[in-house]
Amino acid sequence: MKIKLKIWRQKNAKAKGKFVNYTLDDVSPEMSFLEMLDALNSKLILQDDEPVAFEHDCREGICGCCGLYINGRPHGPGEKTTTCELHMRSFKDGQTIVIEPWRAKAFPVIKDLIADRNAFDKIIIAGGFVSVNAGSAPEANSILIKKKNADEAFDSAACIGCGACVAACKNASAMLFISAKISQLTLLNQGKVEAMERVQAMVAKMDELGFGNCTNTYACEAECPKGIKVTNIARMNREFIAAKVS
Amino acid sequence: MALAGLFLIVFLLVHLTINLFILPICENHDEIFSAIAHFMGTNSIVKTFEIVLMAGFLIHIIYGIILQIQNWIARGKGYKIANKTKTSFMSKYIIYSGLLILFFLILHFFDLYFIKLGLVEAPAAANIPHPHEEHFYDIVVYLFSNNLLYSIIYIIAFIVLGIHLNHTFQSAFQTLGLNHSKYTPFIKAVGTIYSIVIAIGFSIVPLYFIFN
Ligand code: FES
Repeated sequence: MKIKLKIWRQKNAKAKGKFVNYTLDDVSPEMSFLEMLDALNSKLILQDDEPVAFEHDCREGICGCCGLYINGRPHGPGEKTTTCELHMRSFKDGQTIVIEPWRAKAFPVIKDLIADRNAFDKIIIAGGFVSVNAGSAPEANSILIKKKNADEAFDSAACIGCGACVAACKNASAMLFISAKISQLTLLNQGKVEAMERVQAMVAKMDELGFGNCTNTYACEAECPKGIKVTNIARMNREFIAAKVS
Repeated sequence: MALAGLFLIVFLLVHLTINLFILPICENHDEIFSAIAHFMGTNSIVKTFEIVLMAGFLIHIIYGIILQIQNWIARGKGYKIANKTKTSFMSKYIIYSGLLILFFLILHFFDLYFIKLGLVEAPAAANIPHPHEEHFYDIVVYLFSNNLLYSIIYIIAFIVLGIHLNHTFQSAFQTLGLNHSKYTPFIKAVGTIYSIVIAIGFSIVPLYFIFN
C-alpha cells in the first residue's frame, strides 16, 4: 500500500521544527507501524538524509517508549495498543498519516518525535516508592491481602509510563499516570503506611513540573494502552483531600 | 471548583422552585412570588446567604478561568491534529459553555437581580413603582412579554447550562474522590436528569410568556 506521511522534524531541543512530507510506496499491511518508520529511515539513509528519530525498545507493548501522536490520537487508532503494537492494516491505501511527538510543557521535544519524559521519573522519585521495611518473602506471605485489592493494585501496576495520558489530555494532565502509581502502592499493606505523604509529594511535584489539571474529560482512560481506569484518579483525589484535612 | 459547583447546583434548585411561582401553578401565585421576592430582598439571613452565594459564583468562575489558563500553558505548543479521542462532547468545551453562562449571568444581573437590589432602575416603559422588589412579578412579566429575542436568549442560556451541568455534575463527584463502580452510574444518571430538569424547568417561564 501507498502511504503519505507528514512527520514532525526538529533537529534538537532548541530548534524550531516543522512538518516534512514523505511518501512510501511499498508498505505491507502486515508491517507494524514502527517497521514502516524503519523502512522510511532505510530509505532516508540511502538518500543521505537524516533518519527520523523516534523512541522504541521492546516493540511488544511493555516498555512504554514508543509513544507517537498519530492522526490526533496517542498511539494512533485502535484500542489498548501501543504504537509498536499498531499495524499498517489499520490505515487505508493512500492515506495521509500525521505523526507528532507528545506535546506537553513538561515533556519537551528533544529531537524529531522524541519527547523527554523525564518528568515522570521525577514524580516517582518524589514519592512513588515504599521506604518502610516491607520484610522478606516469607513475611510477605503472612500478610493477608484482599483479593480485590491485589487485583486492583495489579491492574494499576500495568501502567507502562508511556505518557499517552498526558498526550491525550487536553490539559496535558499527568493524573492518570500518578494515580496508577499511587494506587498500586496504597492498595497494599506495605504501601498504605506512607500513603498520605506520598500523595502530597507526588502531586506537589506534578504541579511544579507544569502538568495541567484534571477536568474529567477522561481522554486518558480512552487512550491508555493498558486500560488504566479513572477510578484511580478518584482514589488519588480522595487520599489527597484526606491528607490535606488530616 | 467542585465544591463551589455543587453549592451552585443546590442553589439552582432553590431558584427554580421560586421561579415556578411565576407560572399560574396555584391561585395567588403572583402574590406568593412577589412575597418571596420581598422576603429575599429584606430578610437579613437571606441577605447574608446572598454574600455566600456570590462568593460561590466568584470562586467557581475565577478558579475555573485560572485552571483553564494553567491547562493551556501546560500543553505548550499544540498538535496539528488534536484531540481525536472519543470523549463526551461537552467535556472538551466546558470552559466555553462556562463563559457563555457567565455572559448570560451578567445580562441576568442587570435586567433582574440588580433591579431587585435597587442598583438599576426598572425599564421606564414598564411603569413599575418603587420599591421594585414589591413588584418584582410585574418586572418579570414585562421582561418576557415584550421582547421575543430576550426570551430566546434566556432559553438558549438554559440549554447551554443544562449541557454544562450534564458533564460537571458527575465531574464534581470524581474530583472529590467519589467514584465507585456501584454508585457512579447512578450519580451520572442523576446528573443527566438534574440537567434536563434545570434546562426545561427554567425555560418553561420564558416559553409560557412566548405562547401567552
Ligand atoms: S516499544 Fe516498548 S511499548 Fe512500544
